[in-house]
Amino acid sequence: MILISSVKVIVVVVAVLTGCAWSTWLERKVVGHMQHRMGPTFAGPYGLLQPIADFIKLIFKEDIVPSGVERVAYGLAPVLSFIPAMLVFAVVPFAADATLFGHEIKMVISDLNIGILFVFAVTSLGVYGLVMAGWSSGSKYSLLGSLRASAQMISYEVSYGLSIVGIVLIANTLSLRELVEMQGSDSIWFFSNWFVFKQPLGFLLYLTCAIAETNRLPFDMPEAESELVAGYHTEYSSMRFATFFVSEYANMLAVSAVGATLFFGGWQGPYLPSIVWFILKVFCFMFFYIWLRGTFPRFRYDQLMSFGWKVLFPLALLNVIVTAAFVMLD
Amino acid sequence: MKGFYVAPYLSILIFIVIGIGLVLFTFFLARLIRPSHPYPAKTINYECAELPIGDSWIQFNPRFYIFALIFVIFDVEAVFLFPWAVAFGQLGLYALIEMVIFILILFYGLYYAWKQGVLKWV
Amino acid sequence: MDAPVSLVFWILSFIIIVSAFMVVSLKNIFHCALFLILCLFSVAGIYLLLNAEFLAAAQVLIYVGAVSILMIFAIMLTSQLASKRISQTNENKLVAFFVCLMFGLSTLVLIANTHVWRYSAQALPEANVLTIGKYLMTDFMLPFEVVSVLLLAAMIGAIVLARKETS
Repeated sequence: MILISSVKVIVVVVAVLTGCAWSTWLERKVVGHMQHRMGPTFAGPYGLLQPIADFIKLIFKEDIVPSGVERVAYGLAPVLSFIPAMLVFAVVPFAADATLFGHEIKMVISDLNIGILFVFAVTSLGVYGLVMAGWSSGSKYSLLGSLRASAQMISYEVSYGLSIVGIVLIANTLSLRELVEMQGSDSIWFFSNWFVFKQPLGFLLYLTCAIAETNRLPFDMPEAESELVAGYHTEYSSMRFATFFVSEYANMLAVSAVGATLFFGGWQGPYLPSIVWFILKVFCFMFFYIWLRGTFPRFRYDQLMSFGWKVLFPLALLNVIVTAAFVMLD
Repeated sequence: MKGFYVAPYLSILIFIVIGIGLVLFTFFLARLIRPSHPYPAKTINYECAELPIGDSWIQFNPRFYIFALIFVIFDVEAVFLFPWAVAFGQLGLYALIEMVIFILILFYGLYYAWKQGVLKWV
Repeated sequence: MDAPVSLVFWILSFIIIVSAFMVVSLKNIFHCALFLILCLFSVAGIYLLLNAEFLAAAQVLIYVGAVSILMIFAIMLTSQLASKRISQTNENKLVAFFVCLMFGLSTLVLIANTHVWRYSAQALPEANVLTIGKYLMTDFMLPFEVVSVLLLAAMIGAIVLARKETS
């Protein structure tokens, strides 16, 4: 059992890291075309080898550790932001169960009874990497960036959690595997059971909060190049910087995967193999994120905070109560 | 029966170990091949290419703290909502009323904060 | 208890005790907070070993993910605290040490003298969270509603204090 788990873990970790690498390519390419540029073209056909070139560049870079840093926390911070980002994939089912050499293999690393709560809990740990990076760097930009990042993340975290409660009310389970199974349908309208149609407001809330949680545009205040240099990772270079960078994309992939699982039926879909459906849905989410980045200007910080507490949070509570009332009338 | 909930968490533990191992391995790999020529000017903290002025741990807006506090309160509320939502299918109208009361009491707190202007970022 | 589970228990207990000791002895208050987080996180691990997975998730969400953030914010926002080295002891440390020692010893004696530990006869419910939810809405309805009043009081109190500070 340990062996099977380890193999699954390694496959998933490698797949997610590959996904992160080519998400950076996708982002540069899509944003490039949106701005009438070409994006990366030089490394390989269509610039497809760009992520590899980036990796080689970063690994050969000198690792400059400023003299004012708090060594231990400074070293731990990238790891602490990387692990929670990856850990979400430990509970997301990525394909239908398969049979291999007479063994039934579940296509999920760990099917927890409290799957959704696990995702919610792990997401809340992501703040620590940023806080420690900002505090230990000994730079004003880093500290301000990390404070902003953490205040923003905690402001949207409650609404993020509440946006999922509606689904739990309908499904009465926290297990992600059961949630995916519930959304399957054999009819022509294979998408008829997707929770997005039963929870449209919940989905919009999830989408908005997920963007804020991952510190992406238009909510990318913590990084805000034009005012904070690079926010919490100003003082990081080389592989440590790369780890933060990968964590950001892993976080995006994670909220995309969870969103696809909760609202769009996960791996469920006709004709194509289940894993293809899953990847396709995650890709759509990622494209949407990149699209937003290419379209929207950045919010002001005060707008961001009051939007979270005065609009999203009451809406999320309303969604919970209305859903409960509907479930009861059914 | 013992350890019957624990078993799936073993895979999570394996995941964490492999994840940390991977990061440490790339750090180690990078250490082997990258150059390292630190000199004092290079290791100064970045402050727009000027010498940093004063301590970096300056006094920040205490508003951050109030937001963290409101967050703690409503995080507790959210945690209560999950078991309620799971059990809701087997409970009746009274469960809905109980939860509406619970939410309304806490929502008054948000309303109070709103009226006091705490939620406004100046 | 089978061997691997009890091994994990011993490791977790060791982490909890060492990190708790660090919290009260380190000079840098930010490091204290980090060790407190480690301590609280390990307690979640103990809950998991007791098959209380909802409690473990709640522990991580509320104590590790929320309360500790509040403390870290408080430290980061108080400019005098973040980088200074502060001694956590004063001239009463010897007295305090003996009081704690007595308390610790008496607890140990009590544990050592208990020969029959009473376990609940009830079997572990299959659906952990469902059972909690049901009890919360029926048998423990009043405490549940009182929690909301308590939280409301905490919030209003904090806001009143904060407004006094700023004005």
